[in-house]
Amino acid sequence: MTDVAANASPLLSLRGIGKNYGPVVAVRDVDLDIHTGEVVAICGDNGAGKSSLIKVMSGAEEPTSGTMQMRGKDVHFASPHDALEHGVATIYQDLALAPRLSIAQNVFMGSELTRPFVLPFLRLLDKAKMIEESRRYLSKLSVAIQDMTRPVERLSGGQRQAVAISRALRWNADIIIMDEPTAALGVKETALVLDLIRTLKAGGHTVILISHNMRDVVALADRVVIMGAGRKFVDRPIDGLTADDLTHLIMSGNARAA
Amino acid sequence: MASITVSTPARGSRFKMLAQRLEVRMLALALIIGLCLSLLSPYFLTQSNIFNMLDQSVVIGIVAVGMTFVILTGGIDLSVGSVAGLTGIILGLSLQQMPIVPAIAVAVLAGGGIGLVSGLLINVFGLAAFVVTLGMMAIGRSLAYILSGQTAISNIPDAMQNIVYTNILGIPSNVLFLIVLYIVAWAYLTYTKGGRTIYAVGSNKEAARAAGLNTLFYSVLPYVLSGALSAVAVTFSISQLLSADPLMGNSMELDAIAAVVIGGASLYGGRGSMIGTLIGVFIMVMIRNGLNLMGVSPFWQGSAIGTIIIVALLVERLVSSRASR
Repeated sequence: MTDVAANASPLLSLRGIGKNYGPVVAVRDVDLDIHTGEVVAICGDNGAGKSSLIKVMSGAEEPTSGTMQMRGKDVHFASPHDALEHGVATIYQDLALAPRLSIAQNVFMGSELTRPFVLPFLRLLDKAKMIEESRRYLSKLSVAIQDMTRPVERLSGGQRQAVAISRALRWNADIIIMDEPTAALGVKETALVLDLIRTLKAGGHTVILISHNMRDVVALADRVVIMGAGRKFVDRPIDGLTADDLTHLIMSGNARAA
Repeated sequence: MASITVSTPARGSRFKMLAQRLEVRMLALALIIGLCLSLLSPYFLTQSNIFNMLDQSVVIGIVAVGMTFVILTGGIDLSVGSVAGLTGIILGLSLQQMPIVPAIAVAVLAGGGIGLVSGLLINVFGLAAFVVTLGMMAIGRSLAYILSGQTAISNIPDAMQNIVYTNILGIPSNVLFLIVLYIVAWAYLTYTKGGRTIYAVGSNKEAARAAGLNTLFYSVLPYVLSGALSAVAVTFSISQLLSADPLMGNSMELDAIAAVVIGGASLYGGRGSMIGTLIGVFIMVMIRNGLNLMGVSPFWQGSAIGTIIIVALLVERLVSSRASR
């Protein structure tokens, strides 16, 4: 087993995390440190426990055991919104966007900007500002969409990822967890999403990437965590690893778990 | 670095942009129907008939506001007609015991209470809106008959007529109420966080919940509104007729749902607007009124209205798929 020595205090730190679903143990005793500005890939075969681990980090599920710290302080995420308020945003495979609402409405869903209207307690939506800000977030990601009132259902898969990421940026998320961001995309759209993740990294954001695509992982990640049978058994920098090496590591983990 | 570009519509395609707005297309449809009817009947465009149509829009228009909220969240309320019937009887009975204002308050609270029960059954227990409100529809009508003793309550105080027959700035009070109600509902849906949340709940409830929005409150609220507004609508009917009949509001749910859907709302939720619904209400009222003016037999009117609704939606579907291409 290889471990990365932490040279700075971690942004998010998991200790002894376990997650059971009745008698089924999905995650057992996982320690994991995530540092500011790194892209960490979490890999593993189906049923390895990576989705359950992500659910714990994103607030979708509460851990059965273990503790989490954010910047050295104990945290407890009771819901995805709770995690979001602590700075952990998750972009799920199905993106969790509202398809019939506009880009701006999606970027600001749950955190709408308002302005006072006539009376001080009467606050109305500040649509112009939300449209302007949404455009700014998207241009930060090098995505040039002019019409912020376009419904999300009329965007391509890559553009939807960009909207979902803009939403995470809107929440000032320190950590953006992306669950299989390229799974349902074609070659061209995949390239766009990989660029989005590079842009995030260049902007100093921390990204946790769950992916089955080892080429994506090698292209993007600084560090790879490989899980098998609910345990973390590899945690090392990506340096020098090829996609084939990663596949081999995952398979050997399966063999060990069997 | 690659960038994703979506071209903005060029100059000259402003017409296309307008045509992409469903309300604009439906307004065009309303104008075409109005034009046809005015050619078919010389009485259609007279001042008295226009006021008559506005008057006829009030009851269905009020119910359609609640229905729009419900449909925006992806729900449906089939009980509005019988809630109107039941709350009408409750109003009629209350008027025997107390002054007008508290009597109306009792009826509106009863309507809101029925909506609250439906909303909780649907959103807390996860029952299908269609089935819950269908059940409420049967219960409401049954209770209306039981409470009324199967007969109309006709000793309604004459002062109730002031609710409809007072003119303010030359506009009948019931029409003015409708206008104000639509402006308030439109402003709420368009400019407030609550309105946004209703759209978000209808478009993707899970996403709305994950974003920290109070999805339960904003899923139940539309049913409460729908029930309460059914009672408000029947209050206007009773004020005009000075009689409360257990049959009141019969098949009103169909007119209200039709108006909302003609107005461009999606029955899947998340899409629709008050402006669209208002146009939908006018289309429904114009068609009924026009058919009456032309002397079409009431037995044929159902067929005519049903056909026009289906054809209008079919044309709309074809046009919208072309416009969004």
